Amino acid sequence: MATETNGGESSLVFHPMDQFIVEPLFGNGPIHWYTPTNVTLWMALAVIGVVLLLVVGTRRRAIVPSRTQSVAELAYGFIYKMVEDVAGKDAVGFFPYIMTLFMFIVFANFLGLVPTAFTTTSHFAVTVVLALAVFLTVTIVGFVKNGSKFLGLFWVSSAPLALRPILAVIELISYFVRPVSHSIRLAGNLMAGHAVIKVFAGFAAIALVSPLSVLAITAMYGLEVLVSFIQAYVFTILTCVYLKDALHPSH
Amino acid sequence: MATETTGETAGTCVGVDGSAIGMPQLCFDWWPNQIFWLLLTLVVIYFVLSRIALPRISAVLAERAGTITNDIAAAEELKQKAKEAEAAYEKALADARAEAQRIAGETKAEIQTELDAEMAKADAEIAARTAESEKAIAEIQANAMDSVKDVAKDVAKDVVAAMGGKADARTVTAAVNARMKG
Repeated sequence: MATETNGGESSLVFHPMDQFIVEPLFGNGPIHWYTPTNVTLWMALAVIGVVLLLVVGTRRRAIVPSRTQSVAELAYGFIYKMVEDVAGKDAVGFFPYIMTLFMFIVFANFLGLVPTAFTTTSHFAVTVVLALAVFLTVTIVGFVKNGSKFLGLFWVSSAPLALRPILAVIELISYFVRPVSHSIRLAGNLMAGHAVIKVFAGFAAIALVSPLSVLAITAMYGLEVLVSFIQAYVFTILTCVYLKDALHPSH
Repeated sequence: MATETTGETAGTCVGVDGSAIGMPQLCFDWWPNQIFWLLLTLVVIYFVLSRIALPRISAVLAERAGTITNDIAAAEELKQKAKEAEAAYEKALADARAEAQRIAGETKAEIQTELDAEMAKADAEIAARTAESEKAIAEIQANAMDSVKDVAKDVAKDVVAAMGGKADARTVTAAVNARMKG
């Protein structure tokens, strides 16, 4: 996974994308859908992280919380308030689902920052599934709760009548672009950050540039820590916004 | 779908040197694997959260909110009690002050009457002593007068005798008395 330099400065070789290769955990066989791969490993670690924080951390159910329990309660309150404020009080039934998304993304993002780690959320396969799940949920919930009134989402009644068909087309396109932007935003941010760090790391092979390279990696790492949280936050809050559209489709 | 990937060094996504060809993200051979494990992960997290973690945290938060509400109510009650106690204390203090003032007044009056009585007694004694002294002085004065009378009589008798006369005692006394009066 590491960037390799073969000998001298002239033969700098960058492989910034190698960190994203999916490999079987055992042996070199073909990758079937059930093969345990590094994806499995890092997703399992994310699950373990979630369990450690939210289950083991709260096992004492203390009135005066320990540090871990405080963090768990903060995460709970953060997402609960987000769902309540953004999507509305009637959306709290979706809170476990949204909490699942947030906790998985935030843990996968931060685990991806461990050196030599595999970042599961930097793969479109992962984020597309997450975004499509949200898209399908929102669309189905919208039609089940509001019936045909859900189509009012595309018919902007506050606009002049002549403009409405044009706006309807725009709204319809934007609605179907949602899962695309939703998924590419998360994967793209993480992939770009990790690739840039790898490129900077490649330059560290040149003795003269290496201090600058190390400094740049440090700065990028700090930025990536922010990006890890912000992208999880953005993904979650957008899910809440889409859910609000499904529950209250009137503009 | 993934069957054409025969090994690490051969395949559509990984080159012979073990490095990626293009973006590994777009290697669709790996998608089923990733999607399968992702769905499994999400289901596991969803069940852990909805069955264990979230009910537990929400119970803890509710319990804490309840405890805080109870504690605030208890604090309010205690505050009220403290206020009452303070009022009672203030009242006791005022009562005690009034009582002290009353006792002080009473004592003062008592002392005053006692003092007045003693003063009267002392005045009477002084008056009695004065009268006694005056009586003694008068007596001493009277005695002195009598002695003067006697001496004068004697002197007069002697003077008369020395003059060669014979003094009649009655006459001398009368003369002396007349002189002394004058």
